[in-house]
Order: sequence, then C-alpha cells, then structure tokens
Amino acid sequence: MSAPAVPAGLLRRTFRRRQARIGAVLTLVVVAVALLGPVLGPLLTGYGVDDFAGRPFRPDGVAGTDDLGRDVLTRFLAGGGPVLLYALAATAIGIVGGAIAGMLAGYSAGDRTSRLDSLIMRGGDVLLSFPQLVLALLAVAVLGSSGWLLVLVIGITHIPRVARVARQATLSVAGQDYVLAARMYGVPRRRILATEVLPNITGPLMVELGLRLTYSIGYVASLSFLGLGVQPPAADWGLQINENRIALIVTPWGVLLPVLAIAVLTVGTNMITDALAKESADTTGEAPA
Amino acid sequence: MSLLTTMIMKRLLVSVLVLLVVSLLIFAATLLLPGDPARAILGQQATPERVAALTEQLGLDRPAWERYLSWLGGVLTGDLGFSAATQGPVSELLGGRIAASALLLVLTALISTPVALALGTWAATRRGTRTDSALSGASLVLAALPEFVIGVLLVILFATSVLQILPSVTIARPGEPVWARPEQLVLPVLTLALVVIPYVVRMTRATLSEALDAGFVEMARLKGLPERTVLVRHAVPHTIGPVAQVLALQLAWLAGGVVVVEFLFRYPGVGQALIDAVANRDVQVVQAITLIIAAFYVLVNLAADVAGILADPRIRHASGGGA
Repeated sequence: MSAPAVPAGLLRRTFRRRQARIGAVLTLVVVAVALLGPVLGPLLTGYGVDDFAGRPFRPDGVAGTDDLGRDVLTRFLAGGGPVLLYALAATAIGIVGGAIAGMLAGYSAGDRTSRLDSLIMRGGDVLLSFPQLVLALLAVAVLGSSGWLLVLVIGITHIPRVARVARQATLSVAGQDYVLAARMYGVPRRRILATEVLPNITGPLMVELGLRLTYSIGYVASLSFLGLGVQPPAADWGLQINENRIALIVTPWGVLLPVLAIAVLTVGTNMITDALAKESADTTGEAPA
Repeated sequence: MSLLTTMIMKRLLVSVLVLLVVSLLIFAATLLLPGDPARAILGQQATPERVAALTEQLGLDRPAWERYLSWLGGVLTGDLGFSAATQGPVSELLGGRIAASALLLVLTALISTPVALALGTWAATRRGTRTDSALSGASLVLAALPEFVIGVLLVILFATSVLQILPSVTIARPGEPVWARPEQLVLPVLTLALVVIPYVVRMTRATLSEALDAGFVEMARLKGLPERTVLVRHAVPHTIGPVAQVLALQLAWLAGGVVVVEFLFRYPGVGQALIDAVANRDVQVVQAITLIIAAFYVLVNLAADVAGILADPRIRHASGGGA
C-alpha cells in the first residue's frame, strides 16, 4: 500500500481556482489597508489618529468626523491592526492546540489501555456546550476586557472544534503501514506524530485554519463592536462601528468603511477556505481511485 | 431494552453530565473574580457592618463547594440569584426577556427553515447550472459575514441611508411587549435568518445531491417514475436525518448569535441583558444567563443527535427486528 497523497502543492492547486484568487485579492486589499493605513492616514488627511478635526459628526473632510470630532478616514486607516493581529493569534492558538490534542486523541484511540482519547474528547465536549461568543463574554465579565484575554478565550474555544477534525484525520492515517512500521522500530510517539502523521493531515488542517481565521475575525470584531473588546481611545474597526452607529444617518462613513472592510476581509478568507476545502476533498477523493 | 432506547438513554446521560460540568465551570469562573461580591452589590459607600451582614446572608463565608451546591439547588428551583445592578432577583430581570428572545428564535426558525430547504433542494436539482453557482456563491458570501455586519448593512439599506421603511432599533417602551409593534421585529429576524440560511442551504444541497446520485434513486428512475416522484418520495426522505441535525445545530448557533443582534437592535432580550451584565460585571446575572444559554445549547444538540439516531435506518431496523 502506498502512502496517501501528501497534499504537497495543495496551495498551488487551490490558487489555480478563480475563486481562491478572487478571495486572495480581497484579503490582500484589506491587509494592505490595515498595514499601510496607519502611515498613509496622517499623510492623506493631515490629521493624527487622536487629533480633533472639528465638531462631532460633521461631514468635514473626506469621510466626516466621529463621535468625538476625530477624522473618520484617519481612524479607519489606522483601525485594521488590532482585529488582524488578535484574529491571527487566536487562530494560531486554536490550530496548534487543536492539532496536538486531536492527533494525541486519534493516535491513542486504538490503544485500549490508554484513556487519553476519551479524556481529551469529553473535555472538549464541555467547551463545546457554550456558544464561543458567550464563553468569551463570561471570561470578560470575570477578568475584565483586554485584547489578549480575548485572544486566549477565542483560541481555546477553537481547540475542541479543530481537535475533532484533527482526530478524524489522524484515525485514517494511524493504521497506515508507514505509521505501523515507525511504531515497530520504536520511534517515540512525539516523533511519529510530528514526522509521519502531521504531514499527512495538513489538508484538513489547512481548511480548519481558514475557517477558524474567518470566525476569529468575526468574533474579535463582534466583541469590539459590543464595547467589550478593544477599548477606547484605540482606533479599531469594531469599536469604530460601535462609536459611530448612533449617527448613521448624518455621517454614514464612520460605520460603512469599517463594516465594508470587515465584510471584504471575511468574504475573502472564506472564498480561499472554500476553494481549499474543495481541492482537499478532490485530493482525498482521488487517492483510492 | 432495544438498541434505539439504549443509545438515546446513553446520549441523555451524557448531556446531563455535560450540563453538571458546565454549571461547575460557570461557578468556578466567578471564584476568579477579584474583590468582594457583597461589596460589589452594596457599592463602595457601604459600611463594614452591612457588608458583613450581606456576606453572611449570601453565605459567602461558607466553603466554595457548599456555595456551589446551594447555587445549583437555587437554579433548579428557579432562584437564579441577585442582580447587583437592578438590586432585585435575577429571575425578575429575566422573566419577560426570555419570552422576547424566544420569539426571535422561533420566528427566525419558522422563516429560515422552509426558505433554506426550498433553496437547497432547488440548487441540488439544478446542479452545475448558473442558478446553482449563483446560489452557492451567495451563500458563501453570507456565511462569511459576522452577524453584526449583516445587521448593520440591513439597517443602512432599510432603515437609514437608502430606504427608511423600517425602524433601526426597538421602539417599544419598557414594559410594552415586543410583539406590540411587529415592524420592529423585521430587521432582527431578517438578520438572524440571513445568517442561518446559507448553512442549511449548503447542507441540504450536499445531502440531497448525494441521495440523487445514489443507487436507489437511479433504480426509481429506471422504473420509469417521474422525476418529481423520484425527488419527493425517494430522495428527500433520505436527507431528513442530516438536515434535521443541521437545523437543530443552527438553532443552537442562534442562541449565541442572538446576543450580538439584540445589542445591535437594542432588543430587550436575554442577549442584551447579558451584554449589560458583562459591562457592569453583574456576576450573578452573567452566571444565570450563561447557564441558560449553555443549557439551551446542550438540549438542542441533544435533539440533533437524537434526530440523527432516529433517522439512521441501521439503528431503527436493529430495534424493529427485536435485537
């Protein structure tokens, strides 16, 4: 029996799809705004992030002023950093933690003397019985809101969801000859997981990565929108929507710009993820044929 | 006992255990809280005597496990604790709000279910056509958007900048039931429905496509049955199990999504109460609401799994055969 097709080139084949390329362009546009915006903003508008440009909610300048009279465009250009950074960090925690937990569970599932599998998966069930946002709210209520607390909570709540996928993928790999051979040679479990199992489950993990990133962006932005994430006076898209939504009729750009940025970003990442999932399914579908 | 009952009983037991652990987790979280709960309720100006009296009254001097048991006992008998912000029992605060939130969920489920099932079926029978790819493109875009983004865009479209035909926030006065002015329900329900529909459409399309490619459908076609009968009598029943599961999971998802949507539309439901309580760090209210939401979540997941078990012909026939 040959080893299953290692999804080498999965990314390359994914980006041959038009959908993935459109998604990549959308994502890159927003990332570019978030990275270059803090520098470009003051140059374009002449106002700093915390400068007062005029009276609150006036249609001055390109996009008007916000609830405190600061320039909307400047703050929009400066506000993409937190959501990107926090979402990436939460996704990283979820994927790394979930991959490790899932591989350990899946690898020990066949071993009747080990209770690791049921221990990990039942522990995950408890975390899965809260909607992710509600668990984050519980943490904020107890520990106060701080960016890194959100990263930690969102990351941890991703873990059991990623672990389920990683476990399932590991189960299908664990019985393969090359794993059994490594086992027979007495290769330690840690090395088997890292060098034999992990490279063969990167397909499903990549799909999870995209999915969790899309969700993380949504959760981080939502919590800031609720006033429980990034705190004032920081410039942040979710917070900016919260601050300016009462004046939606007078100065819509204070809401519309950050809403559109988040929308384009999540649609972009989701289009890439969907293409990845299709490509990954095709790969595993072709393997037995 | 038949296999069917055993499996359902087992699943039920797991849910009860999970709920117990969840309640333990929620209670333990509040032990991490810095400061004195009695002082939090009474405020900074309270005299030490009053703080001491309330500490004793709330039983805060007792060990944590005793307090957990009495809290759990209270929850089971309808006593959800005391709100520091409203200075009243939590159950009083939540009474009308639970009904208001339930109304949102029920309306959303009633509207989104038939629409999503119809769209999913429609897409599955037109696979590869332009309609199909337009539908899957639209659901891909909608599925990516966080609920508040959809809500804000709807407000811009229907309530403020483009059209002004619907209220952008809840306009009912406090005490007035939310259904007294039905127009204020339109945008919250539409937002939730638009978030839920794409998932159910995709799931319906996927399972129905699989069924349409299966041997038994081919057989029905070869018998010469009209395509409509093939679809309604043979393919659709096959998808009931997985789709019922997705529907239940979407309802569970709504329990979380309703929080953001209620905040956006200032809708007087449980979700908005949770945001207020978190912002005020009104711990007993947060405890009560997170437990209610988690319980709902666990129950709907249970329903999803039971639907899955009931719809699995292997299990059904094992029990029907008296195994």
